[in-house]
Amino acid sequence: MSELLRVKDLVVRYGTMTAVDGLSMSIEPGEVLALVGESGCGKSSTARAVVGMERPAAGDVHFRDLPVPPLGLRRREKRFTAIQMVFQDPNSSLNPRKRVGDQIADGVRAARERNIESEEPGHWLESVGLEASMASRYPHQFSGGQRQRLAIARALAAKPDLIVADEPISALDASSQASVAAMMRRLCLDAGAGMLFISHDLSVVRLMADRVMVMYQGSVVESGATSQVWSDPVHPYTRALLAAIPHPDGRGVLPAAPAAESPQEWSSHVPEALNRHAAPGR
Amino acid sequence: MSTVLSLTDLAVELGPKTARRQVVRGVTLDLVAGQIQGLAGESGSGKTVTAMAVLGLLPGSATVSGSVRMGTTELTTLRKRELNRVRGRRIAMIFQDPSASLHPQLSIGAQLTDHVRHHLGMKRKEARGRAAELLDRVKVPDPESALNRYPHQFSGGQRQRIAIAMALACEPEVLLADEPTTALDVTVQAGILHLLRDLVDERNLAVLLVTHDLGVMSAVADDVAVMRHGRLVESGARRQMFTDPQHPYTRQLLEAMPDAQESEIL
Amino acid sequence: MSAQVSRMSRAADARVSRRSKRRLPAAWRSPLALVGIVIAGAWFLAAILAPWIAPYDPLAQGLPRLTPPGEYSVLGTDVLGRDALSRLLHGARVTIPLAGVLVVCAMVLGTIIGAVAGYIGGWVDEVLGRLTDLFMAFPTVILAMVIAAALGPSLYNAVLAGIVVTWPMYARVTRSLVMSLRSQNFVIASRLLGYSPWRSMGTDILPNVMGPVLVLASLEVGTAILLLTGLSFLGLGAQPPTAEWGSMISGAMQNIDAWWLGVFPGLAILTVVMAFNFIGDSLRDVLDPLSSAERQGAGSAVGPTTVNADEGDPSAAVPSEPTEQEAPR
Repeated sequence: MSELLRVKDLVVRYGTMTAVDGLSMSIEPGEVLALVGESGCGKSSTARAVVGMERPAAGDVHFRDLPVPPLGLRRREKRFTAIQMVFQDPNSSLNPRKRVGDQIADGVRAARERNIESEEPGHWLESVGLEASMASRYPHQFSGGQRQRLAIARALAAKPDLIVADEPISALDASSQASVAAMMRRLCLDAGAGMLFISHDLSVVRLMADRVMVMYQGSVVESGATSQVWSDPVHPYTRALLAAIPHPDGRGVLPAAPAAESPQEWSSHVPEALNRHAAPGR
Repeated sequence: MSTVLSLTDLAVELGPKTARRQVVRGVTLDLVAGQIQGLAGESGSGKTVTAMAVLGLLPGSATVSGSVRMGTTELTTLRKRELNRVRGRRIAMIFQDPSASLHPQLSIGAQLTDHVRHHLGMKRKEARGRAAELLDRVKVPDPESALNRYPHQFSGGQRQRIAIAMALACEPEVLLADEPTTALDVTVQAGILHLLRDLVDERNLAVLLVTHDLGVMSAVADDVAVMRHGRLVESGARRQMFTDPQHPYTRQLLEAMPDAQESEIL
Repeated sequence: MSAQVSRMSRAADARVSRRSKRRLPAAWRSPLALVGIVIAGAWFLAAILAPWIAPYDPLAQGLPRLTPPGEYSVLGTDVLGRDALSRLLHGARVTIPLAGVLVVCAMVLGTIIGAVAGYIGGWVDEVLGRLTDLFMAFPTVILAMVIAAALGPSLYNAVLAGIVVTWPMYARVTRSLVMSLRSQNFVIASRLLGYSPWRSMGTDILPNVMGPVLVLASLEVGTAILLLTGLSFLGLGAQPPTAEWGSMISGAMQNIDAWWLGVFPGLAILTVVMAFNFIGDSLRDVLDPLSSAERQGAGSAVGPTTVNADEGDPSAAVPSEPTEQEAPR
């Protein structure tokens, strides 16, 4: 099957600041691509440009070979409701004045408008680990983690082909992060959808992404199969990023700290760090 | 090993009259000089409230019972003015958001020297020298010129370093650190953790480190206590807590870490 | 802005929990709110029942002239021998409903303009924003006087003038609320699900704007009453012989010794305006629990936005638990 999403030479600017500087990527159905980087690296801007929330200054974003239109004043064309997004802040992801079942039903309706059958809201609530009877509640009656599950249920109810998840777990308690991430991957793959997963946390990405792109200052510095990038990072920035993760092993080992706050070498171009293939397997 | 600060049976009640809740219930902890006592727990476990209660930073409506003792001084019953003398002078605190301890419209130099002069009664020139020394110690590059700059001109990591310098200005015996690296990028976090550890060793500080991040906890804490629903469920030496946790909740927390899940999906 | 919105969502939360608990929230039980409701209620009753409880026809001139209170009538008589009490009661029938009409019309007009400007943005916002500024640049009362004078003195023109000078306030509030809501995740999520802008406006935006706008409107009822009676006082509103408070005071000016002719309509205006302000204040506290909580030095954390900044008990998220935060930031 052809690519779901193809982004070519994407540039996103805010005023004179260039947030994303010539990024290209593609996602296939059933594939999870993670975009990893620290604050301000342009990963969220990329996500926003992919769904049409941000108008690219240059480059293009194609979904199933059709350019993704900006989310303007016009109603979104039906075929593009196959792109759904999950946001970082679960507290602002749901309409506070609307029952959660009705909000998930919006997703179901979006699927049916594309002539795709979707289950009732109760089913979707159960699929994200909540109870069908919770449909009549309002968002404030749920915890942050539950709200994020609700937002995921709403996105999935639309039977999307592509899910863009912008730091979907970083606002959650540590104990639920890994499980929500795993759940997202499972549900996404079960539905045969592709996912663009934005995160600052390589240790979570390692658990759920097939491929990873490491961004630094608007550009991709390293990319390839997750296992390869994780076990054998090539670019100095990726190395620093991995070395800085503290491990909860009780050994009292301080993570390696970079000598300076943003050393020159991090922005260096290392061609062999790009498009790294996995060792036999994937 | 000397205990600098002891919490005994500390309990805190908060909330309006109609919905009063016990947020901290019977917490007993000792902070030892030269050691970092970690306090772990998820949001809502009461760990931040515990730290706040030590410094008397809770809203007036809060009821604190139990004891917070520093040497011979009982902090929970101190009057406001006496408590102010303890705050900053003997106990200092840093927060998740370093801006909380920095005035946005005063230069770093002005804030640091004010602080030093107020608490230690130094002369202006002397204080400025000390401020520059402090910034140098927390590895803020070019300390002399940094004194003339304002908080917004620094990155988040540098701001946290400055907040630490401010906290250490009066050579406190105890440092309370509430999620000091949570808002920072990992590469920046690593630097702050190094700094924290070095300072503790070098100044014989007793630190209470409040964090939800078990990775951070494992990297710097000497002892770890785990809180849930306002209670300590388990506490002990770091290695033992991570390798042989006794309480099911601690085990559950550890198992939820991405590190524990060796690539189960891929 | 985002603080405003999260505050609004908290307001919405408060409303929902009120519904589920079927109990009056604390703010409604405050003495001021009670006083406001009682006074306003009394005036509503007076307005409704005036034809039956007023001792005389407000326009009938049969009584002895300028008698002080207590002689022929409870509140005395005026220079034409009309009963002041009857006129006062009938005055409530004029001013209060018209103030209501004024506020509702201004609110609807202002909300529509503000919502359009805030949602569409760009040049539309620019044009509507300038228009709003233009109206707000003039002192309210003077602009209302000019408009009422130009349209010709009548009570209805006074209401019209009142609408023209007060809609910009609603437009401004609505515009800023809509602008911040428009970029909220849940609004974007609905748009990604194929909501048309109209639908998005109707289900995502307006319901979340209405709370603060209604509070503003309730606070504006008092101002509207002052404006209408003021214009009538100046002869630009109600015309004699209509029993209207403003024009009654104006008439009393000619007989300054007959103090009762001015004092009682004045007290009527005072109490009604005060009552509506009390109600508006309490309404704000109900719809916006944060502002009252902040005043008491405690926070409210229904919606913590930063990671782990919240130390609120997890049970706060459990259905119908009160949601107070435990740690001040």
